Amino acid sequence: MLKTFRIGGIHPKENKFSAGKTIQPIALPKQVMIPLSQHIGAPCQPIVKKGDKVKVGTRLGKSVGFVSANIHSSVSGTVNKIDKVLDASGYKRDAVIIDVEGDEWENAIDRSETVKKEFNFSSREIIEKIAEAGIVGMGGATFPTHVKLTPPPGTKAEVLIINAVECEPYLTSDHELMMEKTEEIFVGVQLLMKAINVPRAVIGIENNKKDAISKFTNVATSYANITIQPLKVQYPQGGEKQLIDAVIRRQVPSGALPISVGAVVQNVGTAFAVYEAVQKNKPLVQRVVTVTGKDVKNPCNILARVGTPLSQLIEFAGGLPETTGKIVSGGPMMGKAIAGIEVPVTKGTSGILIIPTLEAKRKAMKDCIRCGKCVNVCPMGLNPTLLMNLTEYEVWDRAEKNAITDCIECGSCSYTCPADRPLLDYIRLGKGKVMAIVRARKN
Amino acid sequence: MSSALRSQQVSMENKLVVSPSPHVHSGDSISKNMYGVLIALLPAFLVALYVFRLDALIITFASVVFCVIFEYVIAKFIMKKQPTVFDGSAILTGVLLAFNVPSNLPIWILAIGALAAIGIGKMSFGGLGNNIFNPALVGRVFLLISFPAQMTTWPTPDVGATTDAVTSATVLSHLKFNTPGLPSLTNILMGTEGGSLGEMSAVALLLGLIYMLWKKIITWHIPISIMATVVIFTGIFYLFTPIPQYNPLIHLASGGLMLGAVFMATDYVTSPLTKKGMLIYGFFIGVVTVAIRLWGAYPEGVSFAILLMNGFTPLINYYTTPKRFGEVKKNG
Repeated sequence: MLKTFRIGGIHPKENKFSAGKTIQPIALPKQVMIPLSQHIGAPCQPIVKKGDKVKVGTRLGKSVGFVSANIHSSVSGTVNKIDKVLDASGYKRDAVIIDVEGDEWENAIDRSETVKKEFNFSSREIIEKIAEAGIVGMGGATFPTHVKLTPPPGTKAEVLIINAVECEPYLTSDHELMMEKTEEIFVGVQLLMKAINVPRAVIGIENNKKDAISKFTNVATSYANITIQPLKVQYPQGGEKQLIDAVIRRQVPSGALPISVGAVVQNVGTAFAVYEAVQKNKPLVQRVVTVTGKDVKNPCNILARVGTPLSQLIEFAGGLPETTGKIVSGGPMMGKAIAGIEVPVTKGTSGILIIPTLEAKRKAMKDCIRCGKCVNVCPMGLNPTLLMNLTEYEVWDRAEKNAITDCIECGSCSYTCPADRPLLDYIRLGKGKVMAIVRARKN
Repeated sequence: MSSALRSQQVSMENKLVVSPSPHVHSGDSISKNMYGVLIALLPAFLVALYVFRLDALIITFASVVFCVIFEYVIAKFIMKKQPTVFDGSAILTGVLLAFNVPSNLPIWILAIGALAAIGIGKMSFGGLGNNIFNPALVGRVFLLISFPAQMTTWPTPDVGATTDAVTSATVLSHLKFNTPGLPSLTNILMGTEGGSLGEMSAVALLLGLIYMLWKKIITWHIPISIMATVVIFTGIFYLFTPIPQYNPLIHLASGGLMLGAVFMATDYVTSPLTKKGMLIYGFFIGVVTVAIRLWGAYPEGVSFAILLMNGFTPLINYYTTPKRFGEVKKNG
């Protein structure tokens, strides 16, 4: 029996149309929009101004505060302006807009394809390089990586867990990266292990990526301290707490960090970015983006520069289908629907999913029939239908007691509900309210 | 936002739908579940057809028609809302009501039962999802109290006999009133002994259970906890006094126990949400059923037990929470 997490979970149709499609670079855009906030935490301070010449890798924004990440230019050219642009989250944010001229890279960046395995850095040096390169969690949460690698005092990491689960349906960017950059990823994992000083790492891969499992298992034979853990296909296994439970059978208590059970989790894409940052001096300026959907002509995996408009990636995949009803940045379970395609690729853009009109609209909601299916699938062991009712009637004390703040917003409840009830919409709202109440009480 | 403004915005953005995640749905629906339960009832219906012939068909068909019509009329003309009779729940109530009455029940009595089931049991609370008690059982108990003679006179299920005028006692009334002629366990299991339309064959009902578990319509918690409680409870008595009255297997296979445990107690709306709650609910249904069977005035107590526990369901929901993530031992 393959391992998986122990509470709840669903198995949506995988629809991985772009699996096995080689990562392809696309033509440079004429202009890029690089938001100064592509991560959780404080936005960057811009350090360039209109008219400045930049190269690929030139720092554009300096991180401010502890939880923040640097931003670098993904192209060479001239800064046109710093202005507010609409990003995939639907908010207008400050961005550096650059007119592209040629493709010149900063000298320090090693652009060769040779895999550089040896390193002789201390833990601090690695973390500094990662911070300098502006690396954030590539799975979509975009939490600054150097912060995650600096555990709070008094805690001790025991094991590094690499999230190579890619549990979102449709997405294949991690899978393809794993197939093409296997050696690099292993070096990245070693760097991460050194950074947090742990004796072992486990790479969790879902069983729908059998080729990646066998390739990784082969390579792992030459790394005594890295093991591969195949996992049963189950959503949301890529959730940090779920993955830790699946791999090392420990459950992070409510409100606590993974480090409380000795684990640090990093995405496989992050491991690759760490390799490039530390071994090749390459800041995070490009990433793999899956462009897919049922009616997309050419579902593919694209190597895109940060700041490229999504429209250009969609064009590469064969253009917007006639049937387009909804466009999602990210996967179908946790991605964000976007209002237009002139928004930039950011560090957290794992995919663009184009949903046909027929599936774009939700069905009308019916009365709850109390079937309890949402309770069965909730991976956090919550009672979604109760939490929805408590939010609807604004019973915040009971919502708090029923652990509404534990919700990881995976959407399994809404996905499952036979009465088409928007459970997660309500719970998200209630969670925000309860968190605000808790914060107010602390102050 | 006015709808005109909204539609203008939508057309401006090339009619893209923007809504929060998740953006996919399992495709599960209320009607899929209801029709799934109906499919699970097929084996029992076939046994009923085989044993009671045309009577089974007439009673079931009439019951469904009554339930659907009453729901439609009440929704449309009294509650003034769009009737949802095709979600399958009224059809299911109709079939379950039919399965809970003798096959020779006069049709006009059946109509009263359907009105009680749909009108009182379901629509008076606001329709599907809002009722506290299982509608079909409300109908059945209403009839049992109002027409005790007609509701407890069963035709002899003599397969192939041309007459249905002869009436016979059920297994449970044999036990209760200690009359001679208790049938063998095999006959009870296969469904050739007297009883209500749908409760004839324990085997057929178990097939339905397996189907529903396979299709994930229900989980095992309610039916198994009821059955286990009944077997253990009567088994304790049987160990000390091995007489048929205490035989756990007879109790398990006879009367409405299987029908109740598999199809009535598992009704989504009126049963608890959490697994823990389901086990508590099932346990007490088992206990109350056996208590009525052994010491009550009625030979059969499943309906009463389920209705009683339906009433406790909100309380059980209030006090039982699912097993939360992180509650297990840290290094388990």
